Amino acid sequence: MSLRKILIEARLMLLGVVIFIWTLIPIYHLFVMSITPRVETFAGALWPSRPTLENYETVVKQGHYYLEHFWQQLWNSAFVAVMVCVITLVIASTATFAISRLRVRGGRLVSNMALATYLIPPAFLAIPMYKVMGVYGLLNTQWSLILTMVTFASPYAIWVLKQYADKLPYELDEAARIDGASPLQIFRLIYLPLMAPSLVAIGTYALLLAWNEYLYAFLLLSADKDITLAVALGHFLTTDDAPFNVLMATGAVYALPPAAIYYVFRRYMVSGLTAGAVKS
Amino acid sequence: MVAVIDVQAGEKAPGRLSQEAIWGLIFLVPYIVLFLTLVIYPVGYGLILGTNPKSYVRLWTDPVFTRTIVNTVVFLGVAVNIKLFLALLLSGFFAHEKRWIRWLSVIFILPWAIPSIPTILSFRWMLNAEWGMLNSLIFRLTLEDGPNWLLDRWSGLGMISLVHIWKYLPFWTLIMLAGRLAIPKDLYESADVDGASPLQKFFYVTFPSMRNLYITCTLLSTIMSLGDFNSIYLLTGGGPADSTQTLATLGIRYAFGMSEVEVGVTTVVVALPVMLPLLVLMLRRMRKGEQP
Repeated sequence: MSLRKILIEARLMLLGVVIFIWTLIPIYHLFVMSITPRVETFAGALWPSRPTLENYETVVKQGHYYLEHFWQQLWNSAFVAVMVCVITLVIASTATFAISRLRVRGGRLVSNMALATYLIPPAFLAIPMYKVMGVYGLLNTQWSLILTMVTFASPYAIWVLKQYADKLPYELDEAARIDGASPLQIFRLIYLPLMAPSLVAIGTYALLLAWNEYLYAFLLLSADKDITLAVALGHFLTTDDAPFNVLMATGAVYALPPAAIYYVFRRYMVSGLTAGAVKS
Repeated sequence: MVAVIDVQAGEKAPGRLSQEAIWGLIFLVPYIVLFLTLVIYPVGYGLILGTNPKSYVRLWTDPVFTRTIVNTVVFLGVAVNIKLFLALLLSGFFAHEKRWIRWLSVIFILPWAIPSIPTILSFRWMLNAEWGMLNSLIFRLTLEDGPNWLLDRWSGLGMISLVHIWKYLPFWTLIMLAGRLAIPKDLYESADVDGASPLQKFFYVTFPSMRNLYITCTLLSTIMSLGDFNSIYLLTGGGPADSTQTLATLGIRYAFGMSEVEVGVTTVVVALPVMLPLLVLMLRRMRKGEQP
């Protein structure tokens, strides 16, 4: 190994250390604060003199005014996320099957519309969406949040799935038709199994999108028993003397499930989503 | 049996075609219903709410609005460009085939994989002027008070951009990495044969191959960052004194903070002349990439 190679390696290492620190700073801070006892809250220390799990205990036992409905809210987050995942998968897989495999008339128009919807920043639609949910009588119910998130998840889902669906050999469908398969059978027995990897990627995408949503959850839901954990975290900000350590512990609990899910399905996510996100 | 006969009768057999067409429509109905009820209707509703001339007068005479426009432009200009340039550079780093770099990439993706609310709140607390970790550290090292990171318009916007970049850099790096790995290896090999330096390889091989992707990313990221609500709302809340609002948060402030729904919608409508061309440009690019 020449000196030059060692130098290059050292430079890479240095860059690696910088990236490592940059990535972990706020996560480290969140973790440290969540294990800092409340008496040391305002010390601003890099590591607490007496690390403790008392904040997590407070969260689990719902031992604070802000956390009275913690388990209910955790359940709400999970319920909304799973519903959004399932409904998005149903809507996007049926739509792409019709567009890409059955080549239904007007399919191209629909996929163009979906793509245009994908490019609308959700925050820009917040006010009219709120009004429309009022018209439908869904305000302050979790279905308003679920449907809204499905609306924002499915355009991207359709776009990514369509690209994969277009690549499946068309002869498969033809062969099945010759054997007398109905479109419904082709969908169930050929399309869904072959699309499974990208369905996993899209399902994970929709699940995480819904779990992480803050703005719409906080606009559309209001009762303490209905809100998701994301909104509950935001509530801590309403006062200046909020128990920040407990907030950080709650945040850590809230962040753990999506992180775990992401890493379990990472294989699918990276190939599935980067292929769809941008084509040069 | 029917299907067999139809296939033998040829492509234009009316029975089969109509059966397929009917099924196609049935499969398409769920999305069309969703699209009409929850995209077309709210968009139309919004456009109608945004037709009141008084709202426009109200906006142009509100100093907060003009300041917000400037903020939005600065935020997009700074955050999007720094983020994507860093992503381009880092994609080169992560393209190295080394075990420890692969492990680092697993950690590097964390900001994107975990929800933004806890991490933004963590930033917010860390940057607190009086008792945040950063200023405590500065005080311990220099015996002087650190700056009021979030209580000043420009440093507040700077911190918002920082948080935004922290959150979204991994995603764009992944995209750029995918683009970089798609560059044919023999281009680099022949550059090596010609004795090109790493810098030359970047300028004459990497960048030309990725220029198109880079532009697409810039457009897409601009549109998406325009809608970044969390980085502003959860970090500074648009404050102090509404000095760090952007278009994503200002509409919400009018509509839900001040009960001026029409004015809130109008802030978005005002952005349409800039947004629509971006959107059309982006649509064209994505469509083109789709059919190889």
